[in-house]
Amino acid sequence: MNIKILFFAGLREALGTGSASLELPAGIATVGALRDHLAARGEAWTALATTKNLRSAVNQQMVGAEATVKAGDEVAFFPPVTGG
Amino acid sequence: MSVSVQEADFDAGAEIAALSAGRDDVGAVASFTGLVRADKPADAGADARVGADAPPTVQAMTLEHYPGMTEKALEAIVDEARGRWDIYGVRVIHRVGRLVPGDRIVFVAVASAHRGEAFAACEFIMDYLKTRAPFWKKEETPQGGRWVDARESDDHAAGRWEAGK
Repeated sequence: MNIKILFFAGLREALGTGSASLELPAGIATVGALRDHLAARGEAWTALATTKNLRSAVNQQMVGAEATVKAGDEVAFFPPVTGG
Repeated sequence: MSVSVQEADFDAGAEIAALSAGRDDVGAVASFTGLVRADKPADAGADARVGADAPPTVQAMTLEHYPGMTEKALEAIVDEARGRWDIYGVRVIHRVGRLVPGDRIVFVAVASAHRGEAFAACEFIMDYLKTRAPFWKKEETPQGGRWVDARESDDHAAGRWEAGK
C-alpha cells in the first residue's frame, strides 16, 4: 500500500507538484525520516530540507517530525500557516 | 453547521442575528471580521508608501488551503473553545480563492450569556485559527507574487491561551 504525500503553498510551487505517491521505503517510520528521504532526491526536492519551519500533518492532524508514518497514511508538508 | 470554508462572501449581520434567533438566553454575541488590507507587505522598503496617491502595494491575494484538514482543524478549535467557556453558539467562516483589498476574508462570532465569555472565546478562536488552520496567503504585488510569512506575534497571541489551560 502506498503513502500519499501532499504539498502546499510555497513548497508546492518549489516542488512543481501538489502531491506524490510512493511505496513507503523500508526503514522510514517517521515524518522526519520521510522528509529527509524525499529531500535526498536532490534538485527541487531539497526545498523540503530548506523550507524554514516546515510543518507536517499525518492524516490531516498537525504533527511533529517524530510522528509515526505507515502505509496508507496521508502525509502533508507545508510552510507555517498564514490564514485569518 | 458552525464552520464554513468558502469562496463566496458572507453577511456578517445575518450570521450574528442567526446566533440568537429563536432563543432568549443569549446575552452577548461577540464577533470579529477580518478584511484584506491594501497596505504594503511587512518587508517592503520604506519607500513603498510614497504619498497618499501611491497605488496599494498588495493588489490582491489568493488563499490556498488543505481541503479536509482545514475543516477538521477549525472544528477542533471550536470544540476546544466550547470546552473552555460556556458558549451557546459559534460561527466561523473563512474565505478562499482570490480576494482584493476591502474584501471580507474571515469571520468569527460567539454567542454566550455574558460578554466576558463571548469576547474571550472569539479572540481565542481567531488566535488559534491563525496558527493551526491550514490556510496560506499569496499576495499579488507590482513586483510579482509572494507568499506571506508567518508572524511570530501570531504564535505569541496563540501562546497566551496555553498558560491558563
